[in-house]
Amino acid sequence: MSARENILGRLRRAPAGAPVPLPDVAAWFATTPVEDIATRATRFKANIEAAHAEVHETNAADWPSLLLEIAVQKGLGRLLVGHGTAQAEVLRSQPQHQLKLVSYEQPAATWRSELFENIDCALTAARSAIASTGSLILWPDASEPRLMSLVPPVHFVLLDAANIHADLHAAMTNERWAEAMPTNALVISGPSKTADIQQTLAYGAHGPRELIVLLCHRGAKSS
Amino acid sequence: MSQNQTVHFHPAEGFAERSRAAVNDAHLRRSFRGAMDFLQAKRLSQFPDADELSALRDLGKAIRLHALANLPDLLEQLEAKLQANGIQVHWAETPDQANAIVLDIAHRHDAKNMVKGKSMVSEEIGLNHAMEVAGIEALETDMGEYIVQLAGEAPSHIIMPAIHKTRQQIAELFAAKVPGVAYTDNVDELIRIGRDVLRKKFAAAEIGLSGVNFAVAETGTLYLVENEGNGRMCTSVPKVHIAVTGIEKVVAKLEHVALLNILLPRSATGQAVETYQNFISGPRKPDELDGPDEVHLILLDNGRTQAYADVQLRATLQCIRCGACMNHCPVYARIGGHAYGTTYPGPIGAIISPHLLGLEATYALATASSLCGACVEVCPVRIPITDILIRLRNEAQAASAGKLRGGGRARKPLQSSIWLVWSWIYGQPWLYRIVSWLMSRGRALAPSNQGAWTRSRTPLNPAPQRLRDLLRRPASG
Ligand code: SF4
Repeated sequence: MSARENILGRLRRAPAGAPVPLPDVAAWFATTPVEDIATRATRFKANIEAAHAEVHETNAADWPSLLLEIAVQKGLGRLLVGHGTAQAEVLRSQPQHQLKLVSYEQPAATWRSELFENIDCALTAARSAIASTGSLILWPDASEPRLMSLVPPVHFVLLDAANIHADLHAAMTNERWAEAMPTNALVISGPSKTADIQQTLAYGAHGPRELIVLLCHRGAKSS
Repeated sequence: MSQNQTVHFHPAEGFAERSRAAVNDAHLRRSFRGAMDFLQAKRLSQFPDADELSALRDLGKAIRLHALANLPDLLEQLEAKLQANGIQVHWAETPDQANAIVLDIAHRHDAKNMVKGKSMVSEEIGLNHAMEVAGIEALETDMGEYIVQLAGEAPSHIIMPAIHKTRQQIAELFAAKVPGVAYTDNVDELIRIGRDVLRKKFAAAEIGLSGVNFAVAETGTLYLVENEGNGRMCTSVPKVHIAVTGIEKVVAKLEHVALLNILLPRSATGQAVETYQNFISGPRKPDELDGPDEVHLILLDNGRTQAYADVQLRATLQCIRCGACMNHCPVYARIGGHAYGTTYPGPIGAIISPHLLGLEATYALATASSLCGACVEVCPVRIPITDILIRLRNEAQAASAGKLRGGGRARKPLQSSIWLVWSWIYGQPWLYRIVSWLMSRGRALAPSNQGAWTRSRTPLNPAPQRLRDLLRRPASG
């Protein structure tokens, strides 16, 4: 008998307890009040800022110059961008600037030390976001691989303000995650941190020290 | 598996001595008291609405009960979904089997270096030791776990492994053990040192090992949460990712994770959400440029089916490992995690360890409770911890071995005869009247040395007047 058969056999032989109906999780989430996009954006911003992320409100036309400006201020030299993404193209078409763009085109295994040691920052898009916890949702793929949001010390994220859900449950049901999960889905709620030394909070434990969100509003820029 | 490489604990022996030593260690007392106060306050601040918390706990419990009620079916569904997603599934009944599976995978890849994300199950199976014996470096990468491993110790808390250490102790440890590092007790500096050392290790390791917070049967997804990013490193940089988890960690639906993760971080550390929620549903696709080529899941029993076989004790498996019960336990706060001598300390440790290690080795843990119920009040999935503690005490004292491994092993003939006589006296009113009268007259004869009781308490003396005498006295005024 295999371990599998033994374990399942013991579980199946155990006395049945009272039957338990499938818990109605959706009903609980349905009780949260419905908010408009602007309110969700405000809540998202407040929550992720409380977790030490920077949020800059901008729009589809202005974000490239804003990103370049922030990068210069922070003294960042090499920016990792995705391969063939719209945002990489937009940055590439910007007039003269200091930032050197590095494109993630090769398997990580072939340029790992370069990736770990010589990249100052990365730019990825967020698929969507969550207001209740101030979280970004990323589905890394071939054009924006998973290590972009993890290895470089500074992570810029482009987020369309129209894609902010109320909570994680709304995100996964509205976007129908359960029908087709990607190999890796990420929910990121701030820069990397630890409180393992005497409960003292420190940022940049193993992932990015800084998380910078470029929150793009549609139409007129708010505020 | 001929070799037995697991580290065996005998916490029942020495538990009292270790507790006594811990209680007398002022340093340790301060570390734990400070940390517990901090964590209790933070948790409370995350649940301002008592009604909402209560509703959330009902739902959390319902989700876990549903998963357990359907456990064998859900495990089979999980396995089928994971396999369809390209994740390899292994089953292990014992720690040795689990370690052998890891070693087998490691050997197939000629691996010499393993980086580890936080995993209490890997502690439970003594994985680091098994790897070391086989010549594989298994390096802890969670900052707290890294510190504890560097010191040659075991974690003292399931969420904050290095909670027993002060900043200065960690500073001294780094200066002594990390090559080329000068003494600094600046926390940011210390974390930067750890980050630099471990970054090189992530890039060089062939295998990344992790635990699992929840495994979703519906989608074949491994769900992992963390703050540091080391878990993501371990699951996405090396070419092989091995996850180990107990068979009870499965949930039916993806949406169940959304609810449970409202309870988990708030109960655990009093934060609204962890920095990283990592949903892994397969190895990298051919066109993807990073991520592991292989993902494995090891499903471990190690006594969990024993808990499952008993309808009352099954509730133990509802646990989501948040650590709130230990953070609120007056015993844990005073003796700390190491005194328990088990992988899982505190109230959850006292109720799960008997299934993992046998009641003969662990019955003392169930006695380390005042049954105040603080753990029951905070448990996000409403495990009736105190009821289970009482049940385990009875099982340990039972006249026959019963269904639990090591049952009846705490029974002492003299002690049980004394209790027998006691219950007989208390069961006969006439006898009780005589005995209590004799006791109140003979109170001068009570010994001043009453063994363990008087080691830290004043002696017990029968009252000069029995309660019944006091009641019979006419009320004055
Ligand atoms: S028993 Fe309850 S409180 Fe304790 S770790 Fe498990 S879920 Fe948390």
